Amino acid sequence: MNTAFKDHSELSDLFNKDEARVDWHDETLWFVRAKRDKAAHGIPEWESLREAASQIKNNVLSNLQDYLVEFEENAKKNGVTVHWAADAAEHNQIVHKILKDQGVNRLIKSKSMLTEECHLNEYLKNNGVEVIDTDLGERIVQLAEEPPSHIVLPCIHKKKEEIGDLFHEHLGTPAGMSDPVFLTAAARKHLRETFVTRKAAITGVNFAVAETGEFVVCTNEGNADMGAHLADVHIACMGIEKIIPKRNNLGVFLRLLTRSATGQPITTYSSHFRKPRPGQQMHLILVDNGRTTQLSRPDFRNSLKCIRCAACMNTCPVYRRSGGHSYHTAIAGPIGSILAPNLDMKEYADLPFASTLCGSCSNVCPVKINIHEQLYKWRQVIVKEGYAPAKKAIAMKVMEFTLSSPLIYKNAGKAGRWFMKHAPFTVNNKLNLWYDHREMPEVPKESFGEWYNKNVKND
Amino acid sequence: MTNSRAEILARILQNQPELSPLPADLVTVTHYDNPIENFKTILSNIGGLAVNVLDYQGIQDYIKTHFPDQRIVSTLAELSAVSEQGWENLDPHSYENVDLAIIRAHFGVAENAALWITEDLMHQRAVPFICQQLAVVINAKDIVETLHDAYVNIADSVYGFGTFIAGPSKTADIEQSLVLGAHGPKGMTVFILD
Amino acid sequence: MTVGLFIPCYIDQFYPNAAIATLTLLKKLGVDVKYPSRQTCCGQPMANSGFEHLTQGCNDLFIDNFAEFDYVVSPSGSCVLHIKDHLHSPKEENKAVDIRKKVYELTEFLTDVLQVEKLDARFPHKVGLHQSCHGQRGLMLAQMTELVKAPFSKPLHLLNMVEGLELITLSRPDECCGFGGTFCVAEEAVSVKMGKDRVADHLNHGAEYITAADMSCLMHLEGILRRQKSNVKVLHIAEILNAQ
Repeated sequence: MNTAFKDHSELSDLFNKDEARVDWHDETLWFVRAKRDKAAHGIPEWESLREAASQIKNNVLSNLQDYLVEFEENAKKNGVTVHWAADAAEHNQIVHKILKDQGVNRLIKSKSMLTEECHLNEYLKNNGVEVIDTDLGERIVQLAEEPPSHIVLPCIHKKKEEIGDLFHEHLGTPAGMSDPVFLTAAARKHLRETFVTRKAAITGVNFAVAETGEFVVCTNEGNADMGAHLADVHIACMGIEKIIPKRNNLGVFLRLLTRSATGQPITTYSSHFRKPRPGQQMHLILVDNGRTTQLSRPDFRNSLKCIRCAACMNTCPVYRRSGGHSYHTAIAGPIGSILAPNLDMKEYADLPFASTLCGSCSNVCPVKINIHEQLYKWRQVIVKEGYAPAKKAIAMKVMEFTLSSPLIYKNAGKAGRWFMKHAPFTVNNKLNLWYDHREMPEVPKESFGEWYNKNVKND
Repeated sequence: MTNSRAEILARILQNQPELSPLPADLVTVTHYDNPIENFKTILSNIGGLAVNVLDYQGIQDYIKTHFPDQRIVSTLAELSAVSEQGWENLDPHSYENVDLAIIRAHFGVAENAALWITEDLMHQRAVPFICQQLAVVINAKDIVETLHDAYVNIADSVYGFGTFIAGPSKTADIEQSLVLGAHGPKGMTVFILD
Repeated sequence: MTVGLFIPCYIDQFYPNAAIATLTLLKKLGVDVKYPSRQTCCGQPMANSGFEHLTQGCNDLFIDNFAEFDYVVSPSGSCVLHIKDHLHSPKEENKAVDIRKKVYELTEFLTDVLQVEKLDARFPHKVGLHQSCHGQRGLMLAQMTELVKAPFSKPLHLLNMVEGLELITLSRPDECCGFGGTFCVAEEAVSVKMGKDRVADHLNHGAEYITAADMSCLMHLEGILRRQKSNVKVLHIAEILNAQ
């Protein structure tokens, strides 16, 4: 999908051409939001949990250097090899080297948005290494040659009939078969073969504990474990911000994570990896890739608290009606819109504007990131850095001029109303984007200011 | 590689904000009058099955009735009568066709029906994942209320690998339809010993 | 106590009845209210578009117009929120700080300051209440469905005092309408779809009128209703609280 030159607004426009599909996408994700609400309301201390998680993560960001050093020391003591990657390219090279050193040219991977961010699959493919994504949703988009559209539900944008067609083409299931139970069973069979044959497995990291050097990987499917426990080499990839100080902090985070993500009390598996199995190699790659830059921005640094639950995406009325691919970045939705501009302000200048600033995202965020406030602040930065479209800058200057002077404002208002009333075609036409699908407001016979002057005696 | 480490740490030190303290441990309000019943209800909701038993004989009888003629392995000596002998030190890949694995857990958690199992209770890490069905034995008195209680129990114990397992493997990736048995076990039975 | 009436630019130009109702209502409740005639706009459309640095002219004018009053009251949650969050003045910061403390949206002024317990109002119709986001989440006019906290609603508290009014329930009580300032044209497809869905929710539950504390949301919903040739009308909450 070539989205290189289309921004969120253009991509959303395309997405909205099929209204029934938008309804389906919107209702499916609203259903996930509703499940999250039910789960949250079942925990009387939910808001205290969020506050605790937020404060723990604030502490992490303020003491990140020490925690990373502590984590590395403990992980090494446990027999884990720790690597550091400054950027995506270095991360990919490190992964490749580990594989080359082991003579491995095919491997399996469980869900890791970090590896999506680094475009690892593409890099490995270009270097002759086969990667099979084992998370069902990820496998589906991999077969479809698309990126995931949602960080927790990778193929939420795909209908079961489309998945059925994909499986028919690639896995040999019967044509027209779209029953989820059947399709899942087919995927289980297909992927089981990869689990028992591949010598190397890549996983993500949900949480890394500084105190003990262990890291936690959460899945419903069990694919991270199936891969890691059968492979000779386990490579875990994590962003440096995924550190938490103490093991018992997991009590807070594991209570929040899955309830926020899908409404389940916990994922089926919350696996704590500490040491490699006897005879196994375990590697952990710590990745920066712009995170230290975000850390330097006082207004935006606490976006690094994110635990990648996607609650913000599920609640966002814009995300539900535009789809993850409209954000043209690995991590979409509200959190993506405050992370991406840090990576490339020009390419992602459109994202902070893909929002009405309704504030729902900040309310569902388990670590209390003030997402909607950061969206507003990014807008100021993007305009200051010169990435706002020229037309908009001109329109805003006109607005400033008009609104700074009571006299000009009143005359402009009067003139505007005159045109709307007496020459509506000047306003009700194709150039007026409002008018495409909405009527303009009716023109009153006088403004409130005019009415007040006439009718209210000055005291 | 060494350069990146130094670089990254230097940038972090330069950019991290002023120290913000860790909060005090959370005081949970969530409470279950009957943690065992709550555990069983949630387990059922997530596709698992709870079976109350008086003793290991009860488990044996249940296995004989519900899992006849299957390849069964167990880490529990008490169940040697119904499980394979000498399976423990094979290549984990050879467990691919295990129909049922029966292990025990340290404890269960009422709020989410999760069971805490460390590798010393698994024999091999692959065992609870690769089997087609999983059965776990716990004592009724070892069901705690919340995850906070769980981590108090876990404390600073040392393990190479540990996991919380809540119900059978599942996915809802296809149009949010919940399907059990994605890659891990398709079903899970929890024997609760009185 | 003196109250300066702050009327958002688009209400002034297109929905004067909402302003008249606000003025009338406040007067009926015994408030000494004046409308400073040199006011224009709070500056929000520019600020939300990333041009906050162009709003000093609006800020200065605002301070000039409203500094003298005990309270500043406006029939607009989003404009009040903007002033509360963003009114600054390098020359008169004290006055700006003071205004930020005393600026109120209409319904919160009625419940929190005037502590109105009954209204002489009658509106025997089925009404859907649209929860405008900035008022709700920004000014805490009502509890938010995302939070695990006790429910409350200032607009609802007032609507319950109106004789004959029947409030409908909605499937999504606090989903955004999609107006969002310049978003309404910059992201037109999504904006319209959000508006249509809100309208459908109200219509599916039998609303004859849709009301809110923010005319901008209603302007957007009305645009869609009228394009659909619907009989359902929008009314600012001030007009309902003032209805006879």
